[in-house]
Amino acid sequence: MNAMDYSNFLVMKEELSLVAVMVILLLYDVFGSKKSLRYFQPVACILFAVHTLLHVVPSVANESFGGMYQYTPMIGVLKTILNIGTLIVLMQASEWLRSESTIHKRGEFVFLLLTTLLGMYFMVSAGNFMFFYIGLETASIPLATLVAFDKFKSKSAEAGAKYILNAVFASGLSLYGLSLIYGTTGTLYFEDIPAAITGAPLQILAFVFFVVGLFFKMSLVPFHQWTPDVYEGAPTAVTSYLSVISKGAAAFVLMTILIKVFSPIAAQWQGILYGVIIVTITLANLFAIRQKNLKRFLAYSSISQAGYIVLGIIGGSAMGMASLVYYILVYMVSNLAAFGVIAAIENKTGKVSMDDYNGLYSTNPRLALVMTLAMFSLAGIPPFAGFFSKFFIFAAAAEQGYYILVLIALINTIISLYYYLLVVKAMFINKSDAPIAAFRCDGAMRFSLSLCSAGIVLLGLLSVIYNQLSLLGYGM
Amino acid sequence: MEIQMQYYLLVSTVMFFAGVYGFVTRRNLIAILLSIELILNAVNINFAVFNRYLFPGQMEGLFFSIFSIAIAAAETAVAIAIIVNIYRNLKNIEVKNLDELKD
Repeated sequence: MNAMDYSNFLVMKEELSLVAVMVILLLYDVFGSKKSLRYFQPVACILFAVHTLLHVVPSVANESFGGMYQYTPMIGVLKTILNIGTLIVLMQASEWLRSESTIHKRGEFVFLLLTTLLGMYFMVSAGNFMFFYIGLETASIPLATLVAFDKFKSKSAEAGAKYILNAVFASGLSLYGLSLIYGTTGTLYFEDIPAAITGAPLQILAFVFFVVGLFFKMSLVPFHQWTPDVYEGAPTAVTSYLSVISKGAAAFVLMTILIKVFSPIAAQWQGILYGVIIVTITLANLFAIRQKNLKRFLAYSSISQAGYIVLGIIGGSAMGMASLVYYILVYMVSNLAAFGVIAAIENKTGKVSMDDYNGLYSTNPRLALVMTLAMFSLAGIPPFAGFFSKFFIFAAAAEQGYYILVLIALINTIISLYYYLLVVKAMFINKSDAPIAAFRCDGAMRFSLSLCSAGIVLLGLLSVIYNQLSLLGYGM
Repeated sequence: MEIQMQYYLLVSTVMFFAGVYGFVTRRNLIAILLSIELILNAVNINFAVFNRYLFPGQMEGLFFSIFSIAIAAAETAVAIAIIVNIYRNLKNIEVKNLDELKD
């Protein structure tokens, strides 16, 4: 064997600069004086913004460690999207982190958050199942600690336990599938496996075990039961992170693995996805209607959005990949806007129920407007970005001939319109004796909310974004 | 006399499904964690056996087992920490008491 060639690491530019940011922040948190630590959160946001800007232009396709680590321009774009989302979450968390119960562990929060992001980088860049598995666990173990971050609240602890046990069980199922795939093909490299896949029953079984584990992570029905509980119990900043960043990375990985590794058994996985999409979108919509707690409501909404995301995967085409990444971007800004408003109100008043939002427009018109924009975008009302992302993802599925599936998804869009508008109705029309008093958020929160609103309005209208993405997509 | 591969696979399959059964039926958090460990160990046996019997020329399966053991240890550490935290809040670790979050 050759000696280790350290130049391999230089290909992993994003990972290196993220690790640098993490180490700087960790040292700052440990050795900074009490006075200098007042600037911890702004410094963390600025450092991370610099890291995001450094990699905003994707470089050329590359690989290292003998194909274990893959880089394509599309992966670069996805990492930038994850970066922007994490930056917004960091800004929205700053007010919560400054509160009495969490201020002493804000360094831990940022470090754990960035560790999970590093894991997702590895996951989306993997070219080998071992590398993929390490990335997956690097992402999900710190996330469990983040879910249980409010350690004196029993809700948070309960959510943490439910998350870690479900996550480990899911990765156990995935691993069992992987072991059977290894036994029948003799390799773990994405490039070498398709040649050895014959469609034997054992391989199909192995594939089902593997993909069920990923469905758990993406919280698709019938593997979604942990989602509402965890979303409700976790601190709101962590919930928003779970619902967009973690889900977006998992969706992209599912697509790359299905088209790269399992293309010989495409007919089988397309059949599985077909059923899962219908059940996911429909059931999640029906459950969302009866939710009163807004975090729980958004949990079911995000389950049904995950169903729409999978619509981009089922065709396995280049257009599907482009519309999937575009959907993740649009869904991210819309959902983060909604969670930002919820976090701001929760920090000030501790209220998260839909009835508490009655009459919000009369006291806090700006927050009500941002929430309305987010709801319109999630429901897919033109001219907001959500309409275009849904349109492209339906077009990608219809292009491959899934007309009935697209019709069912369309009908579900109408159902979802009903419950998204319930929130808008509560804020604008319902009267309340004691509406939430007028208040002012801190600067970081206001900046992040304006960023999200700008995204919701502009992402759809600037056609150049989708055009660029469609040049980078690749399919089976 | 060399033991045939099938016997190893039989053991790992039984362990895997015992783990799945335990995960679904057990009502104590530590017992659930033990069931998950059974699943992960079944996977390790599978990787080692496939590597030793079917692909003796390479090391991929053994490496995977080693990484998987290390990661399982990290997972158990975090899970136990969270369970201890639950014990501090509720004074027991029965699943039926984890009912604060529900529809």
